[in-house]
Formats: sequence, C-alpha cells, structure tokens
Amino acid sequence: MAATVHCSIVSAEKEIFSGQVEMVVASGTIGELGFYPGHTPLLTGVKPGPIRLKLEGGEEEIFFASGGYIEVQQTSITVLADTALRADDLDEAAAQAASDKAEQELADNRSDIDFGRVQADIQETAAMLRTIRKYRK
Amino acid sequence: MANAKELRKQIGSIKNTQKITSAMEMVAASKMRKAQERMSKGRPYSDHIRTVISHVAMASPEYRHQFMIEREVKRIGYIVVTTDKGLCGGLNINLLKATVKDIKNWVDDGIEIDLCLIGNKGAQFFKSYGGNVVAASSHVSENPQMSDLIGSIKVMLDSFEQGNIDKIFLSNNVFVNTMTQKPTIKQLVPLDAEDEGAERARWDYIYEPDARQLIEGLVTRYLESQVYQAVVENVACEQAAKMIAMKSATDNAGDLVDELELVMNNARQAAITQELSEIVSGAAAV
Repeated sequence: MAATVHCSIVSAEKEIFSGQVEMVVASGTIGELGFYPGHTPLLTGVKPGPIRLKLEGGEEEIFFASGGYIEVQQTSITVLADTALRADDLDEAAAQAASDKAEQELADNRSDIDFGRVQADIQETAAMLRTIRKYRK
Repeated sequence: MANAKELRKQIGSIKNTQKITSAMEMVAASKMRKAQERMSKGRPYSDHIRTVISHVAMASPEYRHQFMIEREVKRIGYIVVTTDKGLCGGLNINLLKATVKDIKNWVDDGIEIDLCLIGNKGAQFFKSYGGNVVAASSHVSENPQMSDLIGSIKVMLDSFEQGNIDKIFLSNNVFVNTMTQKPTIKQLVPLDAEDEGAERARWDYIYEPDARQLIEGLVTRYLESQVYQAVVENVACEQAAKMIAMKSATDNAGDLVDELELVMNNARQAAITQELSEIVSGAAAV
C-alpha cells in the first residue's frame, strides 16, 4: 500500500475534506505544486484553481479553491481556502454568467467600478471554468 | 391573611410575566440554532489556522513578523467580548469575573492594562470598575461582519505595533453545549506555540513566493478569524444562556403561581368557614 498523508481542506464556511491521501496537487501562487507524503515543510499561497487529491486506493477527488494558503508538514497538509467547493458542485452556467458579467463590467469601462475586484472576479471565474472543463466526467 | 382579590391580581401579573419569558425562551431557542450553525461553520477554519500559526511560531522562519516576537511585558491589552443585552443569566458576569481575576494578577506585578471592549455589557461593567478603555464597539448584530469588528481590533494591533502594549489577550465565552459556556482567555499576540513544550525547532518552511508576504497575510487572516470566531461563539453562548435563563424564569413563575393559588384557596376557604360559623352562631343566638 502506498504511503499516505493526512490532508484537510477547510474554507471559512466549513471543513470540506479531511482524510488520508496519497498525493495532493494544487495551484500555488507561482505554479502548480504536487505533494507526496513526507514533503518538507512548505508554506504557500493558493491561486484560484483546482485542488486534486489522490485518495487511498487511487481514486481521485477534485476541489476548487478560490484562494488562500497551504501549509505542508511531513505528516499533514492543510489547505486554508477562502472558499472551497467540490468540483462536482461547480455550476458551469453560473460560472459562465459570472465571468461574462465581470468582463462586461470591465468592457463598460465606467469610472465607478472597483478595478481590482473585477479583475479578481475574472480570474476566479476563469479558473472555475477551467476546472470544470478539465475534470468534467 | 391577604385577601383573595389581591392575590388574584398578583397571580394574573405573574402569569403575564410567564407568558413573556416563555416567548423569549422560544425566540432565543430559534436564534440559538442559527447562531450555533454559524459558529460550527467557522470553527474548523479557526482551529486549523491556529494550528498552522502555532507551527509557524515554532519554526525559525527567515522573516520574523512583529507579532511573533516576545517582548518584555509592561502593558497588556485585553479584548473582551460580551453581549449587548442582559437577561442571559451569569454569562457576562462569569466572563468578566474571570477576566478581572486575570487582570488583577498582572496589575499586582505592576503591569498596566488596556481594554478593548466588544459588547455593551462589558462597557458598562468597566465604566464602574475602572480601567483604561482604548476602544469599544457595541451593537454587534447576531450575524456579525468582520468589517464591524476590525476597527476596534485595529486600535489594539496598532498599539502593539507601536510598542505601547506587549501582549494581547482575547477573552470570550466558548460554547461547550447548550447548558455550558466556558469563559476563556487566550493569548492572541505574540503568537505562541501552544501546548507544545518542545524547544523552538531548527527547521523552517520553504516559502513560495516570499516569506514576508506569506506570513503577513497569514497572520492577518489568523487574527481576523480568531476575533470573528470569538464574537460568533459569544452570540451562540448568549442565545443559549438566554434560553436557559428564560426557561428557569418560566418555571419559577409557574411555581410562584402554584404557591399563590394555594394561599388564595386557603384564604377563600377560611372566609367561607368564617361566614358559616357566623351564620350558625347567629342562628343559635336567636
């Protein structure tokens, strides 16, 4: 049996996953990262994107995190997400609509929009859509 | 013996009070459910971030955040979370007692205290007790928003950064279950490696991309989540305590009514007996 490490994903709203996993793949601030059990301690930010867990026995589970932090210890991996969802719960239509809305806001080029927020929205929804398309069953 | 009419009036008014308290009990019960849900949602995040922070505090990071450095203690800040309204049993009193006891220990060592109060009850208490209140916020709703709290907390954190205070404690009630709320005081900054007696480890994280930026972000998130959780937890405690207090008030009112009804019946019976004996003795005299 492959070695496992305890992984928990918590968002500000709830604990979304907790259990033993064989591998975690996440999108860190400066690129995709993969963690196997026994990884050296690491602290990084999370970009909006998928988090892929390889469960005991090889099954995979996909989550979506909109940002946050990951702490890696040799025996545990903790994902502190701002918001996190199971990828299956992502709604493509809603994500597409939100993405369109944000892009429209940007295109309108009005002076009263919060530029930073709109850009963050665009990034987040784009990452959501990427996740959906990549892992749709 | 009091006359029956007066007693009847008294019973009526107690029954009215009973109606009010039982209504308040039901309101508190439904609010408690919501508050409890909110609290349990936030708990995993605040627990996990606390563990992560205590790991960070134990490591020997290349960048040491201000909040991670222990200083000699001259002045201490307390953030005390109380409720806005009363009628919730001993909840606030227990918390304030525990806090004051803690404060007294420091004061005896010649250390000064600053207070940041969230909630009306704490503000009222410290107004009469005395104490240097640097910030206060009240009317925190049942669904508190981080933005409502951040202002008063910032005063404390700023004053820590400027070196005016050297430690900050957070004092609030922790929800154990509906019957039990535990006053708790924990250290917020400097970050402590909690309950791990091990010496500062000689390891460090790999930081991606940058230690300073990461730790600053994480620490901010940590403080926000701790304070937010404390307030949410306090709301759940308040509703639970209020429910219990109102339940016992309703029960007490019931007992009082029973007692008074007994007295009233006695009085009525005595009056009837007296009247009868008057009639009988009147008849015998004729």
